[in-house]
Amino acid sequence: MVTEQDIWHWLEDVNDPEVPVLSVVDLGVVRSVNLLDNEVEILITPTYSGCPAMQVIENGIRSKLAEKGLKNVTVTTVLSPAWTTDWLSEKGRKKLREYGIAPPENEVDKSALFADPVVVPCPICHSKNTRMVSQFGSTACKAHYQCNDCREPFDYFKCLK
Amino acid sequence: MNNSISTYTLRIADDSLILGHRVSEWCGHGPILEEDIALTNIALDLIGQATSLLEYAAATEGKGRTADDLAFLRYERDYTNVLLAEQPNGDFGQTIVRQWLFDTFRLFFYEALCYSKDPQLAAIAEKSLKETKYHFKHSSEWVIRLGDGTEESHQRAQAALDLLWRYAEELFFMNAVDHELIAQGIAVDLTTIKPLWLERIQHVAKEATLKLPETNWVMKGGREGQHSEYLGYLLAEMQYMQRTYPGMEW
Ligand SMILES: [Zn+2]
Repeated sequence: MVTEQDIWHWLEDVNDPEVPVLSVVDLGVVRSVNLLDNEVEILITPTYSGCPAMQVIENGIRSKLAEKGLKNVTVTTVLSPAWTTDWLSEKGRKKLREYGIAPPENEVDKSALFADPVVVPCPICHSKNTRMVSQFGSTACKAHYQCNDCREPFDYFKCLK
Repeated sequence: MNNSISTYTLRIADDSLILGHRVSEWCGHGPILEEDIALTNIALDLIGQATSLLEYAAATEGKGRTADDLAFLRYERDYTNVLLAEQPNGDFGQTIVRQWLFDTFRLFFYEALCYSKDPQLAAIAEKSLKETKYHFKHSSEWVIRLGDGTEESHQRAQAALDLLWRYAEELFFMNAVDHELIAQGIAVDLTTIKPLWLERIQHVAKEATLKLPETNWVMKGGREGQHSEYLGYLLAEMQYMQRTYPGMEW
């Protein structure tokens, strides 16, 4: 007998294609798992409106559950409540850091123009002497930083609230 | 099925889609690598927002059309984006000024639309607002850097503002569709956000040492399907694949 707990557990093996160190559960895009009589309903939510990974994530969820023998699966995208970086799990933050991506920090109000960018510790050498290169990075969810001490450029999983 | 909601949603969708496509033309052509990436990310957000909006416009329309049908298979006169969105990229300054006028509008618009009594519009607004805050910051800071930059960058930013200012008024276009939906608590009354927009624009323009044009000459028509010469070329590019290979997918 399959339980919702089993499904959550299996979904931890479905990775975000853009940040493959994170599972869709770590990332917080799986909003709920509902086990109905003969059917599984999964609600997912996009990180960014234009996130091109959503289709791949949906397919990943389907094939993982099919592998476990669940054929009758609906995956529905919901927008509200909107995803924020607070949905990222503690485990996810730790994995990001180990992977070399700085996890989100709590940021100041974005309406303040030219405010000093948030201090993001270097994921390699942990120095706080880093600089923002660009608010926009390799994917919608990241900004581009560089460490002034070890000189390593790195991605910062930017705060979205 | 409520066609006023569909019409209203389609306008917001078309602004996002057409401007998103325009900004995407910078992909691979940005003045520096960081800006190439920034503009491409902004384009992606706009097209993502357009996708959610077009899906909802298609669903509420109730004619069995999909979001893709609405994006790729309408004719020019059926698009209801503001003229500002379709204006050419010009130089980097012109792109930034266009984006700044639009982002500042979108910031206040989405803030207000979050309170819509239509749950799906409110959800899209809540999602999109978070992205728009980044866009607004990006374009406002660039307007200040360029305006208060070198003689050359100032002159170009001012020329862009002089050129595009006449299209800004159309952002506040309203007609019977709006009034019907405002009465139901669904649409945003744009007269309430116009002073907020103007105040913010004046503030940034001042920082940028740019002068807002004094002319009252206004260009509009996009909301009613009357477009500038530029939209046709954009659509030809955007629709090419679906027109040549109908129904193709990848
Ligand atoms: Zn370092």
